[in-house]
Amino acid sequence: MSDLALLALNLTEARDGLARKMFSARELAAAYNDAVSKAKPLNAYITPTPERALAMADAADERLARGEALPLDGIPIAVKDLFCTKDILTTAGSHVLDGFHPPYESTVSDKLWQAGGVMLGKTNLDEFAMGSSNTTSWYGPVENPWRRPGDNRPLVPGGSSGGSAAAVAAHAALAAIGTDTGGSIRQPASFCGIVGLKPTYGRCSRCGVVAFASSLDHPGPMARTVRDVAIMLSAMAGHDPRDSTSAPVPVADFEKALTGDIRGLRVGIPQEYRVDGMPRDIEALWQQGVEWLRTAGAEPVEISLSMTKYALPTYYIIALAEASSNLARYDGVRFGLRVEGDGLEEMYELTRAAGFGAEVRRRVLIGTYVLSAGYYDAYYLKAQRVRTLIARDFAAAFERVDCILTPTAPSTAFAIGEKSGDPIEMYLNDVFTVPANLAGVPAISVPAGLSGDGLPLGLQITGRAFDEETVLRVAQVLENAASFRHLPSFLAGAGR
Amino acid sequence: MIEGRTGKWETVIGLEVHAQVISKAKLFSGAATGFGAKPNTQVSPVDAGFPGMLPVINRFCIEQAVKTGLGLAAEINLHSVFERKNYFYPDLPAGYQISQYLQPVVGHGRVSLDMPNGTVREIGITRLHLEQDAGKSLHDRHPSLTYVDLNRAGVALMEIVSEPDLRSGEEAGLYLRKLRSILRYLGTCDGNMEEGSLRCDANVSVRRPGAPLGTRCEIKNVNSIRYVMQAIEYEARRQIEVIEEGGTVEQQTRLFDAARGVTRPMRSKEEAHDYRYFPDPDLLPLVLDPDWVERIRADLPELPDARKARFMSEYGLSADDAGVLVAEKETALYFERVAQRRESKVAANWVMGDLFGALNRLGVGIHLSPVSAEQLGALIDLIADGTISGRLAKDVFAEMVASSADPAAIVEAKGLRQMTDSSAIEAAIDTVLASQAGRVAEYRAGRDKLYGFFVGQVMRATQGKANPALVNQLLKKKLAG
Amino acid sequence: MALDKETVAHIATLARIRVAEAELELLANELSHILSWVEQLNEVDTTGVAPMASAAAASLPMRDDAVNDGGCREAILGNAPRVARGFFTVPKVVE
Repeated sequence: MSDLALLALNLTEARDGLARKMFSARELAAAYNDAVSKAKPLNAYITPTPERALAMADAADERLARGEALPLDGIPIAVKDLFCTKDILTTAGSHVLDGFHPPYESTVSDKLWQAGGVMLGKTNLDEFAMGSSNTTSWYGPVENPWRRPGDNRPLVPGGSSGGSAAAVAAHAALAAIGTDTGGSIRQPASFCGIVGLKPTYGRCSRCGVVAFASSLDHPGPMARTVRDVAIMLSAMAGHDPRDSTSAPVPVADFEKALTGDIRGLRVGIPQEYRVDGMPRDIEALWQQGVEWLRTAGAEPVEISLSMTKYALPTYYIIALAEASSNLARYDGVRFGLRVEGDGLEEMYELTRAAGFGAEVRRRVLIGTYVLSAGYYDAYYLKAQRVRTLIARDFAAAFERVDCILTPTAPSTAFAIGEKSGDPIEMYLNDVFTVPANLAGVPAISVPAGLSGDGLPLGLQITGRAFDEETVLRVAQVLENAASFRHLPSFLAGAGR
Repeated sequence: MIEGRTGKWETVIGLEVHAQVISKAKLFSGAATGFGAKPNTQVSPVDAGFPGMLPVINRFCIEQAVKTGLGLAAEINLHSVFERKNYFYPDLPAGYQISQYLQPVVGHGRVSLDMPNGTVREIGITRLHLEQDAGKSLHDRHPSLTYVDLNRAGVALMEIVSEPDLRSGEEAGLYLRKLRSILRYLGTCDGNMEEGSLRCDANVSVRRPGAPLGTRCEIKNVNSIRYVMQAIEYEARRQIEVIEEGGTVEQQTRLFDAARGVTRPMRSKEEAHDYRYFPDPDLLPLVLDPDWVERIRADLPELPDARKARFMSEYGLSADDAGVLVAEKETALYFERVAQRRESKVAANWVMGDLFGALNRLGVGIHLSPVSAEQLGALIDLIADGTISGRLAKDVFAEMVASSADPAAIVEAKGLRQMTDSSAIEAAIDTVLASQAGRVAEYRAGRDKLYGFFVGQVMRATQGKANPALVNQLLKKKLAG
Repeated sequence: MALDKETVAHIATLARIRVAEAELELLANELSHILSWVEQLNEVDTTGVAPMASAAAASLPMRDDAVNDGGCREAILGNAPRVARGFFTVPKVVE
């Protein structure tokens, strides 16, 4: 098979092709290594690991030859550079982690390698996963493989898992792992026209994932199809005794959940998601989604998630408070950057001033403030109480419905500089994704159509805690109905 | 009370004791806890605050804290929360210490002190919580650098906070000794202050009797009980002097300078502490099973107060003697082994007299005693069955201390067996009386006081081996003539 | 809540991030803007509502008291900017 034909296969197809010996894992890895090089202009990868990919592919080929194939044998996967990878540079997109080579592997990436996955490299991200546009990385912005027809301005891939999303969309990875603290898997998936799943809190271990906000960080899979994502999740998920918040809940074979049958399922449509100024095409696509699910036999139900409006400010207080503490360890003593100064305190201050970018600094300062004496109750405790109300909203809704359908994001990908410098305008990108992080419930983004200006748009399915099976099943029905086949301009430019 | 220039002052003291929990592994990681290892060899990536590394709690450390709480007659909180205490310091790798703040695992308890005047004073315990220890910063190894060793970072600590119920350095000393004794009985902390497994911060203030509490100063990390007592006495006098000079006591953290016997303010600039406590999102609330707590309670060992009462009733010891014998767990065990099936008063006297004296001279604790409890018991048996005299027993004991040999072996080797053959003793008496004919005449003429002289002579003639009772009996008969 | 420059300088010290005097004004404005935005939470009545610290429903899992980590000094020190004789080193601290 030609490289282009190899790269065009999705994960499920590649798995079958490998099983049927149509090509070797090494050929597949070599094609992807090449694609990673060619995708360099997108800046999706911080650290490609082509030699490792070939070595892992060879090991997969041996197993395949022996007929002992593992579930992900030979599948080339990109890893968000927030996952620690043993002896491989891990940066979190930050200058402050300069040269950091972890002496351990994150649980989730380790599970992928144990399942036969092939590591392509570490993908770019917003610094410490703080951003929705992948413009805050120390290693430079990532470019979305999509452009608006007739408009040559580069667009953002969304964030913070923008490198992972761009790599999958540009066929420079068959699948990727990301993390989602407030939408960081689903929003870039929507912007890049791929599928991204944020599982239930506790479903995938956080052990070895550089922390942004511990109670909100969710590792999860990104791939081209719902089935691909289900296969990835089966390999990544599971209880981890090294993460005290990991759930001791059995892992299903999520692929088996994709029956295509959603008859009788009740799908909630939250009225509060009809926000002011939502573009007409997004509103229309959402309506289209309702019709697709109705046609498939599901029953749409109007529901209320009354606290939706308060989810973003709640999220920002909690996330930034936790982040201010989680990022205290970057002090120039044990790893990463150190800027010497006159004495210890100056060493700390100069190291952290040089090591953190503007957005991270802003967030650490706010997080420090909301926890400080005299403000804790007014901000942090207040936000935790509202969080309870948000979780109750979902609990009440899930007594009436089996899942919830909404748009993933209130906009399509935008050009760098297209937004004002107002951080809040940027935060508003996460308005539809943040509630699921606060409640800890699973949510997926599926590419469902193109906007009026020719960019991908995602729809989001949110489900009950630990009911990824329903989320995936409905998502696949949506995927089939939408039959999104568009390719990004980056791939079209590559001769297709 | 302290007499100042302007009248009487009362010292008010509360102690915060940090007790290192005895456990194999650390509170939140699987690294070892042993003392004295090479720097940074007992450190896991969790302890070093490496990115993405997460804490998982050690069940045994919780058990130890619960056990200690029960030993302090305290409430056990079935629901408690670990929070982050945020501050920057090189030996605090994550930039925060995982500790308990609003909801500690142990609530109010008490410790009773036996006061020198024979009364008992109850000192309130405010709380006990679990937290991580920090690493060690070594400031004296290099002219311009501080060296950081994280071996201790993450070892479980119990912070035991007393109410401000103590009134003098002496009381503080009694409290610390008692607390240490309880911890050692429980096996939850080895109480070794030199190695830092027990550390003490003292909050000290002074006031006029009956007046509201004064401004307090905190004296940090004093590493012996004697120093704690000295530091408190010094600090109280310093504060009184400040007030009597017309000044006001400034709330501050001070260090004790053992060489000069004074406290001084910490030099590092104390910016207003703002620890920004919040529940650690990497951990969930600690929920204890009440049955588990009850099982721990049922398995509690006998503690010093109960043991003292038992020693008084079971062995008929005085409160003072029982108090001395139970203070250290090892002493109490030693005593009970000696006293088994023996006269308990005699056993107590040997332990507190000759044995303590010997240990003092050797400068060792009872766990390193050259004379085992079984050996001391055997010695007492040799006296009781008349094999040796009480006087010779002292010599045998000295030999036991020197050589750790069994008393029977020493008696045999040195031929110290008591002379109980009355004809041999009679012969010895005859020889003495024959050579002291003048004194015998004086005695018989009424100088009774000479009797002791004759006994001494007979004992000398028998190298002390003659059975004193037999000597008495025979000598009286002979002198009566 | 409008933050002034002094408050921002104090937070920056707490967070150990050096902020140039010239930047304080701009940062004070940015942070004030964000804080006044999050203050819309005051519209929500949370009387009697318990705070939610985590989406994880379980209670704290515990591990056995076994030594199975540590003893890896090379790995621990391997990333450090400065080490000497098995220690991390920092500029001297005066107590």
